[in-house]
Amino acid sequence: MTCKDFLKELTDYLDGAIDTRTRAELEEHLLWCHNCHVICDTTQQTIQIYRNAQPYELPESLRTRLQKAILSKCKCVKLPKPKRKRARAKS
Amino acid sequence: MSGPSTIKSVNPVTMEAIQSSRVEPGDELALVRAAKSGDISAFEQLVKRYDRNIFRLAQHITQNREDAEDVVQEAFLKAYTHLNGFQEQSKFYTWLVRIAVNESLMKLRRRRADKTVSLDQEIETEENSMPREVTDWRPNPEQEYKQAEMNQILAKTIGGLPGGFRTVFVLRDVEGLSTEETAEALQLSVPAVKSRLLRARLQLRERLNKYFKQPRGSEAKA
Repeated sequence: MTCKDFLKELTDYLDGAIDTRTRAELEEHLLWCHNCHVICDTTQQTIQIYRNAQPYELPESLRTRLQKAILSKCKCVKLPKPKRKRARAKS
Repeated sequence: MSGPSTIKSVNPVTMEAIQSSRVEPGDELALVRAAKSGDISAFEQLVKRYDRNIFRLAQHITQNREDAEDVVQEAFLKAYTHLNGFQEQSKFYTWLVRIAVNESLMKLRRRRADKTVSLDQEIETEENSMPREVTDWRPNPEQEYKQAEMNQILAKTIGGLPGGFRTVFVLRDVEGLSTEETAEALQLSVPAVKSRLLRARLQLRERLNKYFKQPRGSEAKA
């Protein structure tokens, strides 16, 4: 396996969406390839860091204001009645 | 260069656990059906469940807070208005995300007075995603920054990605949609989502290098 092959499979490897044989080949490559090891490790950290930190958190006061605005607008909407299935006449 | 002595076991980064803790599918469907029949309090529950996610997604796409606020309102209003058009063949959240992505793109078009804005713009070539700098990071690099500082770094870094990459990364890795759900929400093929996700992850990694890499000469000796 080359480094290029490894990179191609990196996303599936990190997502655990890979078959056992390919996973073993990738891990064998990681044993001796320092560069791919670093790329794999720092890419995994990248995902984890973004997942843990939320740079765009919605402040509670704004959240309450938005919820009120949404619901007051929804109350003005007249929903079409859902279509009822016709009951089949018994034969 | 010697190879690493040990390999940390890679934990799959799928977010099934987060998703399953977020909502019970049956519970959600019951809320959707109640809302369809006019129960506004059921829809309120759906708003409270997903407003934070939609806000984050909208801000990631529009890169503008006011636009993100508008998108939250417009997406939920549109979802409510068209609730009877939701066929229940996918998750309500995936359907809502699709509406929010479209609303966000409309905001971008208005702001840029450009009718052709799409998530496919600025998609770079394969070569631009190839790692250029391969350096170990410091241990727990995020702990070396204050929370506000860290948020700024992350927002700036992800903001520099092409929109098509950023949106896939946010849906898949931040909001926890599966690859298939992301494909459905963005109306892309599964291979396209995978390709964009790989390139987004690699580009983000490359951009975070300058903040997190180990200073020269401080690498642990084997």
